[in-house]
Amino acid sequence: MTRTLGIMTEGNDVEALYRRLAWRRQIVLLTGLAALAFSLVLDVATGPAMLPVPAVARSILGLAQDRTVDAIVWSIRLPIAFLALAVGAALGLSGGIMQTILNNPLASSYTLGVSAGAGFGAALVIVLGVAIPLPEAWAIPAMAFLFSGIACAGVYGIGSLRGSSPEMLVLGGIALLFLFQALLALLQFVASPEALQQIVFWLFGSLQKATWPKLWIISAVLAVSLPLLLLDAWRLTALKLGDERARGLGVDVARLRIRSFAIISALTGVAVAFVGTIGFVGLVAPHIARMLVGEDQRGLLPASALFGALLLSLSSIASKTLLPGAVVPIGIVTSLIGVPFFVWLVIRSRRAFW
Amino acid sequence: MRVNIEDLAVCYGATQALSDITLTAEPGEVMAVIGPNGSGKSSLVKAIAGLVRCSGRVAFETGDGDQPRIGYMPQDISSRAALTVLEAVLLGRLGQLGLRVKPDDLAMAQTVLQELDLGGLAGRYLGELSGGQRQLVFLAQALASEPNLLLLDEPISALDIRHQLEVMLIVRQLTHQRGLTTIVILHDLNIAARFADTVAVISAGKLVCHGRPAAVIEPSMVASVFGVDAAMSAAPDGSLVVTALRPV
Repeated sequence: MTRTLGIMTEGNDVEALYRRLAWRRQIVLLTGLAALAFSLVLDVATGPAMLPVPAVARSILGLAQDRTVDAIVWSIRLPIAFLALAVGAALGLSGGIMQTILNNPLASSYTLGVSAGAGFGAALVIVLGVAIPLPEAWAIPAMAFLFSGIACAGVYGIGSLRGSSPEMLVLGGIALLFLFQALLALLQFVASPEALQQIVFWLFGSLQKATWPKLWIISAVLAVSLPLLLLDAWRLTALKLGDERARGLGVDVARLRIRSFAIISALTGVAVAFVGTIGFVGLVAPHIARMLVGEDQRGLLPASALFGALLLSLSSIASKTLLPGAVVPIGIVTSLIGVPFFVWLVIRSRRAFW
Repeated sequence: MRVNIEDLAVCYGATQALSDITLTAEPGEVMAVIGPNGSGKSSLVKAIAGLVRCSGRVAFETGDGDQPRIGYMPQDISSRAALTVLEAVLLGRLGQLGLRVKPDDLAMAQTVLQELDLGGLAGRYLGELSGGQRQLVFLAQALASEPNLLLLDEPISALDIRHQLEVMLIVRQLTHQRGLTTIVILHDLNIAARFADTVAVISAGKLVCHGRPAAVIEPSMVASVFGVDAAMSAAPDGSLVVTALRPV
């Protein structure tokens, strides 16, 4: 190129700018990780018997001096605290991908019927005792997982009836949300009082049934999903410019959406299966991440997972401290503390991202 | 890269957007595609880019084992994505980008940003730019892929007259110097006459004529295709000036 219209000043150096953008992403992620570590320790320390934070930190690091503290931390509280992190990360990540592939700020597993599908699957086992050769503790998660997959396939199926445009996919999701809510209401209508109570508590969401095996399963799904998504990071970023532009850049948009939906299904399925339906985290965590790191998916996806984990961990602490002597269901707390926080964030944000 | 188009037809459901299009665009040539709104210009460019289903044949002839690399700039420049200008331009090199961006990719982004006078905007978000600035960014994105075929759908529609001239000068210069093939949709007949090597006129989905600007852009074509009486004159530099007088 010989003709140059403008002269680049020193401040316009692209390499320096790129380093600054990458540095900002790293600072946000490192700060988030530090906050997450602090929140984890605080979550473990909080409970019916308050434990000293230094003792908890020592126990987590394997330097415990008090065997009672060690037993409470490792047997009871750590699985719950880690489950909050893992489920929050799964919900935040799935919300982030959904908002990207549907180019819609209201998209999340909760708002587009995937969680409702999982809830219906769980209620089927509780009310009808659908024959699955598993103990009930595993049959409910299995059916929730299965129906989360069915809901994802349904969203994609309805959306693809007219070209798989983001608008059609969102409409498909809204339709399924109402369908599964109606089916769930029908099950609640015919359920016995005991089953009804069980369904309601399941739908509230709870971390209290945390076990190490459940934690390993969610962690394994996260450990596979995030690298797979990062392989598609630039293609997903291109999708933010619109389907046509992404296709013009060489992205096979239909295949990318199918791959992404499969990962959303696994992440949401495994999260909802073990703790029930938890709203808000999957919707809000990606917004917070976007405000801080922008929409380069190499930063947005890990940040969505990180802030999802942080939100649910903070909610877990709040659930144990809001009402003395009681643990408020986590699904209620996420919205109670999350909504004011989110509104405050949106108001103080200088830029409009949608 | 030579682009051979034979009997190209595009249908959207029951609507025939294009039919019987046969054209050749040569390397080192800027081909302007002109025609009224809804005549099928964008469909032609999308069909060449492989973005819409079409029948007929679109063939790319590259020399020396070179692969076709298409830089496509669509008409729609709206975007509120929270992406910086630099990130948007890097996306033009999507095929080469890994998790770590290589210095080559950054160097090419810097070159095109410099060429289009966008260096000062590299760190700004797309949503903060004016329509004209966004148009330049998406042109930079198309150029960043180092294309041998450049497909531009109304690339200067939102630009002021200075930037219109500057962008068309760059496009023509790149095309001639690097032997690219450029197919550009334009509404301004004067710009087409001044900067294009050949002009293809599309009306109601059909190719009306194709040839040198002076041979194609003449009063009877403007009257029959655009429904406008026009007078032709010569600018001081000798290029054709079209003055629209009245609707026919």
